[in-house]
Amino acid sequence: MIHVVDMTLLAFLALVAIAITRMTNLFATSVLTGVYSLLMACIFTVLDAVDVAFTEAAVGAGISTVLFLATLSLTTQREKPQRSPNWKALCVALLTGGALVYGTFDMPHFGDPQAPVHQHVGPHYIGVSPTQIGVPNMVTSVLASYRGYDTLGETAVIFTACMAVLLLLQHEKRRDEQSAVEEKPDKEAMEHAMILRVQSKFFIPLILLFGLYVQFHGDFGPGGGFQAGVIFAAGIILYSLVNGLDKARQIIPPNVLHGLVAFGLLLYAGTGLASLFMDGNFLQYRALAEEATHGEHIGILLIELGVGVTVATVMTSMFFSFSGRRRS
Amino acid sequence: MDLIVYYASWALLSCGAFLCAVGGLGILRLPDFYSRQHAAGITDTLGSAFVLIGLMLQSGFSLNAAKLVMILIFLILTSPVATHAIAQAARQSGLEPKVVAEEDEA
Amino acid sequence: MSDALGLYNYWIAIFLMMVGFYNVIASGNLVKKLIGLSIFQTSVFLLYITMGKVKDGTAPILGDGYDTFSNPLPHVLILTAIVVGIATTAVGLALVVRIQEHFGTIEEDELIAQEDSP
Repeated sequence: MIHVVDMTLLAFLALVAIAITRMTNLFATSVLTGVYSLLMACIFTVLDAVDVAFTEAAVGAGISTVLFLATLSLTTQREKPQRSPNWKALCVALLTGGALVYGTFDMPHFGDPQAPVHQHVGPHYIGVSPTQIGVPNMVTSVLASYRGYDTLGETAVIFTACMAVLLLLQHEKRRDEQSAVEEKPDKEAMEHAMILRVQSKFFIPLILLFGLYVQFHGDFGPGGGFQAGVIFAAGIILYSLVNGLDKARQIIPPNVLHGLVAFGLLLYAGTGLASLFMDGNFLQYRALAEEATHGEHIGILLIELGVGVTVATVMTSMFFSFSGRRRS
Repeated sequence: MDLIVYYASWALLSCGAFLCAVGGLGILRLPDFYSRQHAAGITDTLGSAFVLIGLMLQSGFSLNAAKLVMILIFLILTSPVATHAIAQAARQSGLEPKVVAEEDEA
Repeated sequence: MSDALGLYNYWIAIFLMMVGFYNVIASGNLVKKLIGLSIFQTSVFLLYITMGKVKDGTAPILGDGYDTFSNPLPHVLILTAIVVGIATTAVGLALVVRIQEHFGTIEEDELIAQEDSP
């Protein structure tokens, strides 16, 4: 039965991908990309990857769509229509696809428990994680503890991307003369958005609370630092969309935001250094407390907090940079 | 009793699926942007409500049912506002509703 | 036939990969290229997660009554990949905004024409 659901969803996904290629209106394409990400999240849930589905839904359907729409509002809405499909590119794509399909005939069938990927490392982690770390969500235990070094690198990548976006988009042009003009249109816009404002007053605290829940519940169910950071950022972005960027900037000053971006990464690396000073290796959490699993829990808590803070502030400051840029 | 709950949940799930399909058909076939919003509204409210209530019946009285109730409440509270926002944005950009020429008042 | 059922997921992943690839090389608009790149990335995620699924398994979260779990290792890799993907897409979009401000267009052929003419 799971096969039928799986195959139907994948067929929809292929259709949406073809539709994205064929459309020339870029706004519609961005929304279709959000639909694509949501379908992908459904497929991940069917394939038992609940943490991944959570992240894909939050990141792909949330932040990604917002960033694409912000870019499109600063550039153009329509793509120049191609007179005829690009035959050379189509041939290259078909040849590459054919070669890859030829390669799949040696691959293990879907769901095969004897596949090589399920020998050695996977069962080892599943076997030792309950006793060594004691956290029910094994994805969190692998992400935060067994492969914690990779996650540190990933947090550093997010940090660097934030730096790059800030360097590219930080200085808005002609800001002073714009601010005097922008006062009046803002008031009219606010009256039109009355229903949205009332609604968002009800929902934003719940969104932020849900973000905190996901952050600290990541040990017991799907969740963790990344998903929580993105949900938190989504709440702040909703506030900024409804009430204007200036008000959002008053509530969360950009200096504080940039400081928190660095703080999250420092917290993560600092936990690793702390375990170094406490007679362990770098990022060996068992050195942080008397009992090994207790130390692991403390370590996972701290680094997930660091990741959550970094991701939330990075997404927020990227959104502020994009929407603070005036259209030239 | 169990059998009644089972069949009731399946009836609700089928109704919900049918309503979602009808909503999808409406989005494709209705002539105007504003009438398509109505079709999308069917999917958002009654379609998803039936599906969620059917799932609640299947999961009994448990934490899962509580989570489904919360999802239902949030969906009912946010989807009308989303529809309103889309329709208002269209109106503000100047999209006029398609008006059919009026017949003679007999 | 059982081949088709067992390999269907991989073939769809390859199809999506090629759709994204075609978008990247054949489209003239820079934003469309980035969208194609994002489709390419998600198709690779699909490939990995498909390989991680175990028949009759469940999500890799310990619970009562479950003893067969899907492999958590691909899930961890793909979690990292999703977030890195959005980070690089954001940098790409920031570059597109600056290109638009400097050149006035984001169509590839117009950009090349502007650069070639002195």
